[in-house]
Amino acid sequence: MPSLTQPSSAASTAGALFSRETTAIFYNYKRNPIQRMLDFDFICARPTPSVAAIVSPGAAPGGFQKAFFGKEEVAIPVYGSTEAACAAHPKSDVFINFASYRSAYQSSYIALKQQSIRTIAIIAEGVPERDTKKLISYANQNRKVIIGPATVGGVQAGSFKIGDTAGTVENIITCKLHRPGSVGFVSKSGGLSNEMYNVLARVTDGLYEGIAVGGDAYAGSGLTDHVLRFQSMEEVKMIVLLGELGGTDEYGVVEALKNGRITKPVVAWVSGTCAKWFNAAEVQFGHAGAKTGGEDESAEAKNDALRKAGAMVPENFDGFADMINKVYKRMVDEGDLQPAKDIKPPNLPQDLASAIKAGEVRKTTNVVCTISNDTGEEPTYVRVPISEIMSDHTIGDVISLLWFKTLFPKWATKFIELVLVTAADHGPCVSGAHNTIVAARAGKDLISSLCSGLLTIGPRFGGAVDAAAINFKTASDNHIPPDEFVESLKKKGQRVEGIGHRIKTAENRDKRVELLANYAKEHFPRMDTFNYAKKVEAYTLQKANNLVLNIDGAIGSLFADMLGGVGKYTDSEVMEVLELGGLNGLFTLSRSIGFIGHALDQKRMKQPLYRHPWDDVLYAEPERPSRLVDNDDSVE
Amino acid sequence: MARKKIREYDGKRLVTRHLKKRKGIKLGGAGTTDSSATAKAATAQVSSTKLKSASSPKSFYSALSEEHPWLLNTKLVVKPDMLFGKRGKNNLVLLNADYESAQQFIAERMGQEIDVSGIKGVLTTFLIEPFVPHEQEFYLCIQTVREGDRLSFGACGGIEIEENWDKVKSVVVPCGEPESASPIVREQHVYPLLADDGIPEHHKSTLADFITACFETYVELDMTLLEMNPLALDSSGLPTILDSRVELDSYASFKNAKVWGSDLEFPEPWGREKSEEERVVQAMDDKSGASLKLTVLNPHGRMWTMVAGGGASVIYADQVVQLGYGDELGNYAEYSGNPKEQETYLYARTLLDLVTHNADGGRRALLCGGGVANFSDIAATLGGLQQALTDFHGKLQMAKVKVFVRRGGPNYKAGLQLMRDLGNTLDIPIEVYGPDTNMTHIVSLGIRWIEEGY
Repeated sequence: MPSLTQPSSAASTAGALFSRETTAIFYNYKRNPIQRMLDFDFICARPTPSVAAIVSPGAAPGGFQKAFFGKEEVAIPVYGSTEAACAAHPKSDVFINFASYRSAYQSSYIALKQQSIRTIAIIAEGVPERDTKKLISYANQNRKVIIGPATVGGVQAGSFKIGDTAGTVENIITCKLHRPGSVGFVSKSGGLSNEMYNVLARVTDGLYEGIAVGGDAYAGSGLTDHVLRFQSMEEVKMIVLLGELGGTDEYGVVEALKNGRITKPVVAWVSGTCAKWFNAAEVQFGHAGAKTGGEDESAEAKNDALRKAGAMVPENFDGFADMINKVYKRMVDEGDLQPAKDIKPPNLPQDLASAIKAGEVRKTTNVVCTISNDTGEEPTYVRVPISEIMSDHTIGDVISLLWFKTLFPKWATKFIELVLVTAADHGPCVSGAHNTIVAARAGKDLISSLCSGLLTIGPRFGGAVDAAAINFKTASDNHIPPDEFVESLKKKGQRVEGIGHRIKTAENRDKRVELLANYAKEHFPRMDTFNYAKKVEAYTLQKANNLVLNIDGAIGSLFADMLGGVGKYTDSEVMEVLELGGLNGLFTLSRSIGFIGHALDQKRMKQPLYRHPWDDVLYAEPERPSRLVDNDDSVE
Repeated sequence: MARKKIREYDGKRLVTRHLKKRKGIKLGGAGTTDSSATAKAATAQVSSTKLKSASSPKSFYSALSEEHPWLLNTKLVVKPDMLFGKRGKNNLVLLNADYESAQQFIAERMGQEIDVSGIKGVLTTFLIEPFVPHEQEFYLCIQTVREGDRLSFGACGGIEIEENWDKVKSVVVPCGEPESASPIVREQHVYPLLADDGIPEHHKSTLADFITACFETYVELDMTLLEMNPLALDSSGLPTILDSRVELDSYASFKNAKVWGSDLEFPEPWGREKSEEERVVQAMDDKSGASLKLTVLNPHGRMWTMVAGGGASVIYADQVVQLGYGDELGNYAEYSGNPKEQETYLYARTLLDLVTHNADGGRRALLCGGGVANFSDIAATLGGLQQALTDFHGKLQMAKVKVFVRRGGPNYKAGLQLMRDLGNTLDIPIEVYGPDTNMTHIVSLGIRWIEEGY
């Protein structure tokens, strides 16, 4: 048989927990509850915000989080540890713990150990029972008060509020919580607390202080602890208690009523009278502590005991408000209670976000995005959900969607993939790969090594693809004869991009070019740019046997044909895509694969720092210069 | 739920493994033949699901005896393992049997509906254990209390424990400092419990070791109850757990995944078969950061609830019962902790399926109640309900359901307007109330609808 709970002495001797000067240390940054605390502070006309500091585990020192205090923004300092926050804010004696159920125990224990902390509120639901019991034991020995776990917290009207308690400013004003009333209220449930603040504002002069002790089997501080505190607080004139089936906490109040420790009027209701209907099974209600268990723990037994001990207990919850009102009126009539005056709270500016939500203001956006969206159930690429893309799309399709905002036919996206494969790597000696290797061997990380290679891509390295595409396309569209095209470039002193190879000749063709051309012949609806390039090649081959159409020229001209062939772009639009750098992007993407390969390769082999050998450098310094003499010097 | 009962089979497996492997305790009965390395409890489970998944009962039982060879060469005990007690008093225990007759005993009872202390249920799970001859029985119980854990021990046990309650000695072991090691002290807490005349002097050391190790096991495995009744000493003086009950703190499951094991089951209490709908909601609850609860009470009921908040949901049920409609209460349902719109939608769909399932021409009421929320966005939560009502609007009309909404909290005005508009669009009766109406007022409105049709 469980014994009747003895009220722990901590809360009752501690007396008042909060005042208008109370400040808190907030563990685990949460924007909304902090802002709601500061909004409450402002409409209560508190001189300072009630959140003094935020602990973000592991945060570097010196940081802060912004929040509004009325019309002004304030910076709340952020600390990496509770110890540091408490040391810097020794006057903050409340610790509001928004840690998850996994870490609530450890963080609460550290907070309890801090000299300056007197009260801690544990919000998390699902803290293991043994952990809670250890915290309770430690708190009792060290005369500290725990509110929770599994609670929304509590509020002292006009002074201080924990986290999300009592919700929005609108509700706080409706419930008159911006100024103290005369009622002390305690319950297990956070949701019902707020309900009762509404009721109290309707049927009394409002709340003085309200605490939700939490729905777990073991609450850090119990109903009895807070009722006894209310008894000792002069401002509290009457006490309202909302209990629940399960546990024996209410019997502490029964005892205190019987032995005269509580003399203020108590109006009480214990919910869960329905439990007898559920006797066929052990129904678990929403709160862990609310179990349809033994006789003593039933709602009826507790209501009866409270009634017998002198508390006012209604017939059901519907009658609770009337009963509270009756007691309140009697106290006012008999002069035991001076109703609190209503105060008009200062006007709180609305948040932009909520004003937009309510449709009261509008705001222009700073960024436009037309290729993807991550605001829905799952991200989309141009309205195609990723799940769909994953099931039957390829990387070529993704490039088509994200780069060109269209879904090219399969032959085109397959061509894009062929290009990706073809251009991925051309060995360690090309300048980009070399740079990557040098950077990797200098001990730089993967991204830096990759970037070092990518930064070489430009007019000379990789740029040939781009230039070849643009040059061939322009000449072809304008029907310039191939010989004129070659000669005019020669006149300007420019090379014919896409033509010429180190080894390959007319007899010994580049296999890659042939494969790409064969693919195009089979699938492309048009090949005019490529065919034009072949005509140019026919002309240049007359000059030298190695002036063949090379891989850059083939990719460039075929890519132009692909764009022209998908049926979406006019010739001038194809040029626009090329000039935007679409083809360059394809080369960069493809070659990144190779560069990453080279960087990983070097790192895997633990290659040392690269130093270029002396004998590979021609040292050709000019004569040592003498300092140039300023003309004015002679005048002076 | 925090405290969850587990089957005797699982409880014994956990306790035996921990006692042998971590505490170096030697146990009696057939358990002595197991090496401490395997640390396997001498206990075997027969359930309807396990029987069904085998090709035949015969192949199941032969596989079982391969895993537990003692089944073939030891006298056996058979009993149901379904979280109810007083099995001996109800003639549900077979003693001193061989494997053959154990199987027959189970076959005769499997699937049978029986009544235990007024609660009916179907037998689906049994336990087979070695029959351990013993002379003296003991009682051991460790139970969570606010200040620590109550350790009780007595030189009596078995089914007569209730008549011998005064022989049981108790001590509350404080839960200890957060950083301290085991809170139990053998000399201080355990020995005084063994002061009884009925406990032979030469067994006291063994019992003290055993009790201390059990207490540590209880703490280390985050149990909230560990009861052995009876506990016995076998012929060689080794402790043997005959009957036991274990409750675990499911809130601590995140740190016990390994020691509890992935095959641990949290069964429903005796007499409660979980319906498909309840299973769906529980699966959602397990995955969600919010709380979603559903218990079906009467599938043919006329009064249904979908209430936000752990506290408020109880009060609504109270009010229904108070006004004489307990028999018609279809369910207990609770959702809280700011569920996502999608979660509320799926939850409401499951519930509406139940509400409209047994349409019989009579009127029904659905109470979508709740207090004034602290931080849940009311428009968002009601959005999910709105979607579900839209999906079900034909069925709702068929079942003559009227919906009563009462809610307050952040963004509640928009949410309530949403519901009002919905009633007009869908042509189903919906009445909507805000925080200025008493929370439980809609209960009497629901009853008026059921009885008088307005």
